Amino acid sequence: METNLWRLLLSVQPSRGLVDEKFSVRVQNAPPAHPLTMHALLHSEDGDTWEAFGHYVTDSGGDVNVSEDPSLGGTYDGVEPMGLLWSLRPAPGSRPGLRFRKRDAQTPMQVRLSVYQGHQSEGFMDRAVLASVMVERWYMAPGVRRVNITEGGVTGTLFLPPGPGPFPGLMDLWGGGGGLVEYRPALLASHGFASLALDYLKQADVKNEYFEDAYRVLQQHPQVCKNRIGLVGLSFGSSVALKMSVYSNVIQPRCIVCVSGSHIQHVGGTLADIFADIAKNQKKTRYNEENQVIWRDLLLPVPTDLSKKVDVSQEQCPLLLVVGEDDQNWPVPESADDMREMMEGAGNSHLLTVLSYPRAGHLIEPPYSPHCRESDRKTKPAIFIALWGGEVAPHSRAQEDAWRKTLDFLRENLYCSAD
Amino acid sequence: MAQTVTPILSVLPTRGLVDEKFKVALENLPPRFPVTLHSLHQSEDKDYWEAFGYYVSDDRGRVTVSQDASLGGTYTGAEPMGLLWSMRPVPGSRTGLRLRKMDVQSPMVVLISAYKGHVFEGFREQPPMASAVTERWYMAPGVQRIDIRERGVKGTIFIPQGPGPFPGVLDMWGGGGGLVEYRSALLASHGFVSMALDYLSFETFKTHNECLSYFEKVFSIIQQHPQVIKDRVGICGLSLGATVTLTMAAYCKSISPRCCVCISGSHVFPSGVSFAEVFQFKEMDMGKARLDEQKRVIWRDMILPIPTDPQRKVAMGRIKCPLLLVNGDDDQNWATVESAEDMAKMMRAAGNDHLLTTLTYHDAGHLIEPPYTPHFRASNFIVQHSKQKVVMLWGGQTKPHADAQEDSWEKILAFLRQHLYPCPSSSLPQAKL
Repeated sequence: METNLWRLLLSVQPSRGLVDEKFSVRVQNAPPAHPLTMHALLHSEDGDTWEAFGHYVTDSGGDVNVSEDPSLGGTYDGVEPMGLLWSLRPAPGSRPGLRFRKRDAQTPMQVRLSVYQGHQSEGFMDRAVLASVMVERWYMAPGVRRVNITEGGVTGTLFLPPGPGPFPGLMDLWGGGGGLVEYRPALLASHGFASLALDYLKQADVKNEYFEDAYRVLQQHPQVCKNRIGLVGLSFGSSVALKMSVYSNVIQPRCIVCVSGSHIQHVGGTLADIFADIAKNQKKTRYNEENQVIWRDLLLPVPTDLSKKVDVSQEQCPLLLVVGEDDQNWPVPESADDMREMMEGAGNSHLLTVLSYPRAGHLIEPPYSPHCRESDRKTKPAIFIALWGGEVAPHSRAQEDAWRKTLDFLRENLYCSAD
Repeated sequence: MAQTVTPILSVLPTRGLVDEKFKVALENLPPRFPVTLHSLHQSEDKDYWEAFGYYVSDDRGRVTVSQDASLGGTYTGAEPMGLLWSMRPVPGSRTGLRLRKMDVQSPMVVLISAYKGHVFEGFREQPPMASAVTERWYMAPGVQRIDIRERGVKGTIFIPQGPGPFPGVLDMWGGGGGLVEYRSALLASHGFVSMALDYLSFETFKTHNECLSYFEKVFSIIQQHPQVIKDRVGICGLSLGATVTLTMAAYCKSISPRCCVCISGSHVFPSGVSFAEVFQFKEMDMGKARLDEQKRVIWRDMILPIPTDPQRKVAMGRIKCPLLLVNGDDDQNWATVESAEDMAKMMRAAGNDHLLTTLTYHDAGHLIEPPYTPHFRASNFIVQHSKQKVVMLWGGQTKPHADAQEDSWEKILAFLRQHLYPCPSSSLPQAKL
């Protein structure tokens, strides 16, 4: 059918959503039983292009409803309401090893959703579009406030929810990639938690006292409930969270979430000591057939010596572990098993919850973020492509499920539990 | 810590279009706990508007506004959007206020809060238990706004996102004057190129033909726009704008709108025989204007009884396109229901009444706007020709008027889509109103 004889209507609701909100994408007014391609396009802050697409056929009314109809192929298939976001991957011809991360948490991701005639798999930029809308995805809800923190030698960013407060607090510890990563704490603040993103990898010799100072800064903030603070860590940040919660007298969180973390580390030293220890095992680095780096063996086997792993049998607060079973970067499943064994032996395993996801990798992020199986890691002297692991669809399901359960866990322990 | 109970308040979507429903929910309250949900908005004129509803949490300590009944406040019953449509100026405000967004490129920001107990005043003096902020937008992301200043025409065009071309809608506002953009912006967010027009600044109409040629020019600006499908342009008019719409559809030779929507309008020329005089409000029979007991101006009688002289009204038999009329039967400003009855009679006699659909809303007033905007029974008004400041009575009761706005908007959009968006096959069943 000639496209100039009909005009399709594309609608996305909401057109401005939080990154973890589901949207509904609908096409109307097309001919019945008509093949169409739904396409998503995202330009990262670094100028890279990410895209996703799904092949659909309109129903007898000439409609497509992405929340209910199956994609017959593309970067995702089946009934996947959010597939156009989580299956985004670098466009053909992009530089290798890309990872999507939003540095500016105060502006939205802008995703262009378009409809193409027929079932297309490439060359989207050269084809005519039938309809197109821009959709915004925000990490910050309206009213969330962003505050730079530079007091007491602590560098970080605090995100405060709207309202009078005071609010439960969270210290958000990102991974070994370093820098100040703000998007997850911005999103957590959008869910009612005063969240501090901490910049802790600026110097290799950061002392344990730095984390205690940061914890105090959070506790003493007038809009934070000082005895309702939790820790959320990713990767190396999880290791820090575990160590601090067990051994520090200052850091007494009400609950801890460790995403893709391990308790295996040199307990007595600084972070520099921990890195040095890991470096000693360099020869255990493996490479896959694409020469991507697998670091998971550097911490294995799980030590029995308590100077080499956090003694979680002394943990006093609820602990949620999020595990990707295909994690190629850290031995997260093995660590989780060992932690469970230690806590069962000590009688505090009622505090432990483990969420374990088959075929999910290391970078378990807020939902509907593009999955990253490998990306470049700038470690001296060369740039490696680190293998994180995971397969797109199972990893994306893991992100969605883990995020929902993480929010429930945080609410349960920080909002709902009695003083 | 100041308090031991911290409920969790959520509003989804956090950023919505003004005609999208939202879900307001409270969790983590004690069971059977009385709370007040409150909304607060500061208008562009710096006035404060608020609404509130009284709730009691269920056994799980939750309040779900879309399902639970409000027991009192500015709205009662299960009203998902009551916190918006029942807003009114806070106590102590100036009188006769009307809430309208003039800058459509920024959102309406509404603060939703939960207070302990059932509170009816002094919201600003006590801290709420929790708050959330929500944005309400007239423009979807990517909609373009373009000023039109050409050939003596002053207006604004809104263009939807996407490759185009799109159907077009000429948006004719009412006798209050000025350039009112919000309905056009919202129409563009729904896929129509829409032009808002400031047509009352022009005092230069001397003759009927001058008027017609001005409106022909206006229609051609939108029709000739490169992003508009030429044979799919409709007209939407409110109040005086509806009279203009009918006049254009009936008398302008060089334009043929594909469909027309007339909200709270009449086919009767209020002043006399000349269309040009409509704009001058000359010789208007002001003697028939009444005042109610609060000295608010009621204009509805001015065109009553509906004249039988065909020269005093638009020749409805000349209308060649589908026409949707939207009226409130408590309209105190214009006799729209009586006009609609007369229009039907004229069209029946002319044999074109199959084109006519009339929606009449019980207890709705004159200003039938996009949904969830607050209702006001009367507001300050400056009479165009005399510059006299009065309080104009529009009519309507809040809840029925809000329902009318919600229902009519959905039907107006469906009507515009049905007639302006080319359908793949004429043999397919058309969307029913």
